[in-house]
Amino acid sequence: MTDTPMRTQPADWATDQEVRWCPGCGDYSILTAMRMLMPELEVDRENTVFISGIGCAARFPYYMNTYGMHGIHGRAPAIATGLAMARPDLDIWVIGGDGDMMSIGGNHLIHALRRNVNINILLFNNMIYGLTKGQFSPTSEVGKVTKSSPMGSLDAPFNPVSVALGAEASFVARTHDMDRQHMMDMFRRAHAHKGTSIVEVFQNCNVFNDGAWEGITKKQNRNANLISLEHGKPIRFGVDDELGVIIDNGVAKVASVADVGEAAVLVHDEGKTDPSTAFMLSRLARGPFEPTPVGVFRAVERLEYATSSTSQLAMAHNEKGSGDLESLLRSRGTWQV
Amino acid sequence: MTDTAPRELPLQELAEVIIRFAGDSGDGMQLTGDQFTSISAALGNDLATLPEFPAEIRAPQGTLAGVSAFQVRISDFAITTPGDAPTVLVAMNPAALKAQLHNVVQGGALIINSDAFTERNLEKAGYESNPLEDGSLDGYRSYPVAMSQITRDAVAVHGVKPRDAERSKNFFALGLISWMYTRPVEPTIEFISKKFSGRDQVIKANEAAFQAGYNFGETAELFESHYEIKPAPLRSGEYTNVTGNTALAWGCVAAGQLARLPIFLGSYPITPASDILHDLSALKHFGVRTFQAEDEIAAAASAVGAAFGGALAFTTTSGPGVALKGETLGLAVSLELPMVIIDIQRGGPSTGLPTKPEQADLMMAMYGRHSESPMPIVAPRSPADCFDAAIEACRIALRYRTPVMLLSDGYLATSSEPWLLPAVDSLPDIGVEFQKGFNGTNEDGEGIFLPYLRDPETLARPWAIPGTPDLMHRVGGIEKEDETGNISYDPENHQKMVELRAAKIEAIEVPDADIAGDADASFCILGWGSTWGAIDATVARLQEAGHKVAHVHLRNLNPMPKDLGEVLSGFEKIICPEMNNGQLVNLIRAKFLLDVKAVNKMNGVPFTTGEIEAAALAAIEAP
Repeated sequence: MTDTPMRTQPADWATDQEVRWCPGCGDYSILTAMRMLMPELEVDRENTVFISGIGCAARFPYYMNTYGMHGIHGRAPAIATGLAMARPDLDIWVIGGDGDMMSIGGNHLIHALRRNVNINILLFNNMIYGLTKGQFSPTSEVGKVTKSSPMGSLDAPFNPVSVALGAEASFVARTHDMDRQHMMDMFRRAHAHKGTSIVEVFQNCNVFNDGAWEGITKKQNRNANLISLEHGKPIRFGVDDELGVIIDNGVAKVASVADVGEAAVLVHDEGKTDPSTAFMLSRLARGPFEPTPVGVFRAVERLEYATSSTSQLAMAHNEKGSGDLESLLRSRGTWQV
Repeated sequence: MTDTAPRELPLQELAEVIIRFAGDSGDGMQLTGDQFTSISAALGNDLATLPEFPAEIRAPQGTLAGVSAFQVRISDFAITTPGDAPTVLVAMNPAALKAQLHNVVQGGALIINSDAFTERNLEKAGYESNPLEDGSLDGYRSYPVAMSQITRDAVAVHGVKPRDAERSKNFFALGLISWMYTRPVEPTIEFISKKFSGRDQVIKANEAAFQAGYNFGETAELFESHYEIKPAPLRSGEYTNVTGNTALAWGCVAAGQLARLPIFLGSYPITPASDILHDLSALKHFGVRTFQAEDEIAAAASAVGAAFGGALAFTTTSGPGVALKGETLGLAVSLELPMVIIDIQRGGPSTGLPTKPEQADLMMAMYGRHSESPMPIVAPRSPADCFDAAIEACRIALRYRTPVMLLSDGYLATSSEPWLLPAVDSLPDIGVEFQKGFNGTNEDGEGIFLPYLRDPETLARPWAIPGTPDLMHRVGGIEKEDETGNISYDPENHQKMVELRAAKIEAIEVPDADIAGDADASFCILGWGSTWGAIDATVARLQEAGHKVAHVHLRNLNPMPKDLGEVLSGFEKIICPEMNNGQLVNLIRAKFLLDVKAVNKMNGVPFTTGEIEAAALAAIEAP
């Protein structure tokens, strides 16, 4: 960080609209993290766009003083893809919740990830439908009792990081709403990545699923249950840093470093082309009650979609010259009468 | 045949001929028909074509389901339809004969590949006895020709394997028909070497087959004469032959140039609209970005995103796709962003008849989104008109900042007609300005941007695209406050916004109703879209028979021409032929309380002139 004054201040990124999430909602801290990060990124508000679908998280664009679109349920990645292709010069953020992104918009999410169009997707995962007042979501645990599942939900949940890695996303990270600095780090990395980046944010819905992530995100539980992934470093954690992650027979496991030896501890490599190890890490925790990795799972370079589309346009232009309507109309042969 | 000297056959002049090439879907009938069309166009005939594809890519060989046909009508006078019934059928196998014979006029000519009439093929086509032998073709002039065998013999000298050799038999048929209608040989020889460039053996085989067919006509003592069709008195100028889908693609490109905007197309493959995606994907040097989306919804959503970014955005599809896009189009209505949805209508509901036309998406275009969600509708009337209709749809979209539905159909999409090329510099300028600065002030007198402040003339809101300093704003599907665009649940504001959105669409300037035929007639045929050709031909026939008939054809279906109610009220009787169950009739009745009589056809085949003529006569004669 230099001493030159920043072009903008966090307040410049706020709109005059009253923020209307429930008091105590995790979304507030995510919004604060985003507004604090923006000046650091040295970008202009007019070149920044927030696009969302439907849900509590999807109100986000109204609170950022940038261009924004509050779209329809699940379609934000598709809307953003069109915008990113038409306007590769823009910084585009896509905001959505677990229902929006993993359920009704699941198809658009995986296709955006495989195409690698230059957008930053933030998936606020609170494991519940909030705006529709508390039904189980595609990330809710089996047996979740809600108004639509009084005897417990039957659906096996998605793990968003696993899904993203399965779709061969080039940048996959995870953070949580109790750690502003970590959120800002992850958002900064996502922004710097050229291609589709997805950041899962564990987010608390204090009305319909309060404390769902507490087992891992509450301060006193973090040392034991949050595994911070750092590129090039052995994956170690624990109250006394006594635990490490090892790969045993193709499966990531938690082990006592004293038992397995330091050399056996997996050294995190986010740049691995093959996503298998990252996927194993994503399978480490079955839910927010046991050691769960946060940080950057995967950051690899792949051709960015809009850039490739632009080069095809340039190639066609080089080969055929600038399109001429007169000759297009004559391209299938003509005759004189 | 030992004597190969050309026989002097009488040359008979014809005003028109309607030929239908029919064969197995792998027989190359579309190619054959297309090439015959091109040669005839170059000779100056007027023409119209009607391809007919099976829904399956390669249905089992030799079956009725696998028959692919191409009808072309060529004439020495101006025509607007591919003709009611073929006068010549080229049938490459028993299935083609069986599937198409009922279309052929009594006494028409049947040119039949007799080699294909094996026991096995007859059985596959469902014939119990051989129609070439059992007298069932007695009412026709039947010309059985051993096309497969002669083609094999002709091609053998070029070292082509017999199995591959037979593939050239469509060129034999084309050669024979070219001789019959005195078409020149050279253009087809040129076409073959261009089309199969780099595959020398295929070129040689096809050329040999084509020549063999031509020579066969000349030398075989089978035909009593050959024919000539003189050029039609078309307006002078430069012509090309276009299908509706190609004209739409070119119209989109033209609209981009006329608006000075980059083009974005979000599309998901669907019959019969995919050709527009194909055509536009090959026009990247015009700055056209095409995006093959993961589904219909994403295709529309990506277009919304591109429109927000300042592109001239399109999504192309057919009825099932429009159904899927419904919610996204509602968003576009709410965002008041320009985009064009192109619906190539096909038979439904559900998958329906994917390769057959219908005009049954009119109500969906009008009302197929939840709540009050008005959308302008434009419908082209002929293949070439698709070009102008695309520009008209874009004009409305850009000027009024609204999604616009363009309703074409499977008939216009694949059929073709000669098109007198427009002078590019005569095309309208449809450019609009992006918003560049503030358009309001706050209570402190500072400049602010009001994204929903409307132009008093058009009621359009400003189009401020990302990247424009100071105009950062948020839009969304939630109801917006008038002018500010901020979220508003205020009851009175919602009422006002619904009324404003409706008023904006209703006030769109569209041309007045055009009365063709006899403006002072008491009887009128009302139509829209692809029925134009058949209605136009009907009117000519009725006039020849001494009737007075008016023809009003709607291109702008929403809003309708401002004078339409007055114009229609001037007629005593109105009929409305539509390829649906009376959708325009319902709109007209509801809007103008006029008793328009519905004439409906929903069998996947366009109206014939005869059908509309019969309905018109019945209406004229009715008390």
